[in-house]
Amino acid sequence: MNATLRKLFSFNGGVKPQTNKLDSTREPIAQLPLPAQFVVPLHQSVGGVPIPLVSVGQKVLKGERVGAPDGNYSSAIHAPTSGTVVAIEPRLMAHTSGLTMLCVVIEPDGKDEWIATEKLAYHSLPADEVRDYLRDAGVVGLGGAVFPSHVKLKAGKNTPMKTLVINGAECEPFITCDDLLMRERPELILRGVAIMRELLQAEEAVVGIEDNKPEAVASMQAAAAKFEHIQIVAVPTRYPAGGAKQLIRVLTGIEVPHGKRSTDYGVQCFNVGTAYAIYEAIELGRPLISRIVTVAGNVEKPRNYEVRFGTPMDFVAQHAGVKAGTDSFVMGGPMMGFRMPALDVPVVKATNCIIASSPALFPPPPPEMPCIRCGECARACPTDLQPFEMYWHSRAKNFGKTQEYHLFDCIECGCCAYVCPSNIPLVDYYRFAKTEIWARERQKDAADSARVRFEARNDRIEREKREKAEKLAARTAAARSSAITSGDAAINATEDDPKKALIAAAMARAKAQKADAEHAAPVAAPAASTSESQPNAGEQP
Amino acid sequence: MLNNSPYIRANNSVTRVMLKVLLALLPAVAAYVWQFGIGVLVQLALASATALAAEALVLKVRGKPVQLFVTDLSAIVTAWLIALAFPSIGPWWMVVVGTAIAIVVGKHLYGGLGQNVFNPAMLAYAVMIVAFPSLMSQWPSSQLDTAGQFHAIFGISDPATRALDAITSATPLDTLRTGLRAAGASVDSVMQSQVFGWAGGKHWEWVTLGYLIGGVWLCQQKVITWHIPTAFIVSLGVISGLFWVIHPVHYASPLLHIAAGASMLGAFFIFTDPVSAASTPRGKLIYATCAAILTYLIREFGSFPDGVAFATLLLNICVPIIDMKTQPPVFGHKND
Repeated sequence: MNATLRKLFSFNGGVKPQTNKLDSTREPIAQLPLPAQFVVPLHQSVGGVPIPLVSVGQKVLKGERVGAPDGNYSSAIHAPTSGTVVAIEPRLMAHTSGLTMLCVVIEPDGKDEWIATEKLAYHSLPADEVRDYLRDAGVVGLGGAVFPSHVKLKAGKNTPMKTLVINGAECEPFITCDDLLMRERPELILRGVAIMRELLQAEEAVVGIEDNKPEAVASMQAAAAKFEHIQIVAVPTRYPAGGAKQLIRVLTGIEVPHGKRSTDYGVQCFNVGTAYAIYEAIELGRPLISRIVTVAGNVEKPRNYEVRFGTPMDFVAQHAGVKAGTDSFVMGGPMMGFRMPALDVPVVKATNCIIASSPALFPPPPPEMPCIRCGECARACPTDLQPFEMYWHSRAKNFGKTQEYHLFDCIECGCCAYVCPSNIPLVDYYRFAKTEIWARERQKDAADSARVRFEARNDRIEREKREKAEKLAARTAAARSSAITSGDAAINATEDDPKKALIAAAMARAKAQKADAEHAAPVAAPAASTSESQPNAGEQP
Repeated sequence: MLNNSPYIRANNSVTRVMLKVLLALLPAVAAYVWQFGIGVLVQLALASATALAAEALVLKVRGKPVQLFVTDLSAIVTAWLIALAFPSIGPWWMVVVGTAIAIVVGKHLYGGLGQNVFNPAMLAYAVMIVAFPSLMSQWPSSQLDTAGQFHAIFGISDPATRALDAITSATPLDTLRTGLRAAGASVDSVMQSQVFGWAGGKHWEWVTLGYLIGGVWLCQQKVITWHIPTAFIVSLGVISGLFWVIHPVHYASPLLHIAAGASMLGAFFIFTDPVSAASTPRGKLIYATCAAILTYLIREFGSFPDGVAFATLLLNICVPIIDMKTQPPVFGHKND
């Protein structure tokens, strides 16, 4: 199909930073030797934390499941090679926070022996089973969001699926893993795309590639000739053209609002790496245990490697020759990446790029100046927000106002901070505001549920009191009617004074209780009212 | 070290923005010197020195980093706008006092850079024209030589006894006002005066052209957007055109209004001050349109020859509500 036939749309804003992509595209994708140990984090995707399936000392094969998905909104984790599980313990995460999390540590046996794998005959299976299979194969979005892919491979309830958007834009500077994958394995990617198109029952699939990757566009176009309903389209290079919403907009003209599913608009978006992973899982029966990772920045030879999850980042980077002055790694690109808390954190499914960072490469930001409302940020925002207004309100902790200015539509692409002449770390302010709002919502939810429990308890106590009173009234009425019939003198008095009768009855009961208490252990003595409230004591807010 | 993304930044800074504004003012400054002599350069120097001194002093008192903020050039921009808005042969202390008011009161009492509600230069102008209306109306005549200009600026003489007529000349808008109101003459007859040139005031048209050139360059450099200058000039043209068409004997032509006075300075350098102006695209259009209407009304019906300063201050007050009511639709919510 001809790429020029498609009408393209555009999004507002965006920036054009120096791409720095050329250096890492000179050499083909390289394989890596086995490291001494793999540290495989169990939680590598959005959703539930997988449950460990192995125990320390257990032998595992390459591709064997070591973590089972916790529910459907989760994804399995597999052994990257054959070897022995030497530990299951919390280790440092590939995340700025420096938090630890449960990892399966595997010592390779050097044989690199696969479990039995076989092609999935997905044509003859119901779609739900294929989706379960992909969940158990650990396939998640490899564009960076690591959202479980099987969850997304379902058309909207009311809207027929029109366009499957495949994201090969790769707009972040430095990153070239998708570029190289498209250059080297275009047909396999497209076989994955074909499977996805079938699962989604989409009319067409469109692969969007930024036009600064002519080699990838050419190789994909050549491969696409063999497929039906798959179109390869070069899109203008402008960060963040690779944002899912921006790419959907460019290719289809549809703007998917925040909080809405793109399937409700008849579109769905996947990364090219994810398409390749789906091909491997279904056609080869291989679960997701590796991905292409760009190593760039302060290294001798920037290059792409096929890296298994759990490989320490410094092990990967040393193959590219880490240069002196490197003080940390940045995972992802310079616009949205995260600085790693240590050099040896493991490569995970979200690791598309490791940038060796040095003060020369990414100098510390100049001093922050006050906002002069110049509006550069608003002109750069691809979501049409007024970033400086959100900044003022975040700074003032006026979180309600930040939401009025659509804080949660912000995709944290960093364009605003990139252009800000006052060097304000704007995205940090939004991250701060978002976490504060989430924390407050959690607090409010907790308070709300406590209030609901408290009110329910009060209602119950009220109801029980009322019922007791009714019962008592009924009993008194019954006693009175029996007294009238018996004509007993003592009870006759009740006709004159019902209160006296009640007192008499109560005294009689107390006497009986006292007698009981003398028999029984003193523990039984506490009044009924206290024993009744005890189980609920902990519920008091 | 653990700073967050983005780790790269465009080559941009407040200093750079301010520097571009100063560069954009140079064509007008050059034309000013060419047509009226070096008085304006003296005023620019006086204003700049005052601004830097006042800025440094207040920053020190406020416990702010002095060097960081003094080198951002924002005070110099304010100073230059004051020097260009004040008469170039006014006594030296006027521009000094005006600049000090702008920096200390207009800027720092509101919280410094980025926090001021009012355009500091226009605040200073308003204070000075209310306090010293006659001194603020002594504009140079083109025949005044350098020595005469120096004498006018630094000469120790009582304003009342200054030989004003020899050295000063009324501005076109002033002449028009006086002619129409006091003498009851028609526009045509007033326009016979030699203070009028081919567009706006004689000799002033070149300065105006300088502002236009610098302003267009600022737009091209994306320091300002097209919204405010375009909306201001078009609206001023439309409203003055309306009155002019209905009653040409009493109301000056749109060309005069657009070219004379501070129209061009305002359109590109005053109303576009990002701190005190509206910031949304629609907000900027509304802001500039209202600014044009106010400027016109003050010129034609108010008691000051030009209306740019007061229009600016009045509209500065309206900025929060204009911005709030003109938020652009967010991605995906355009049909909401």
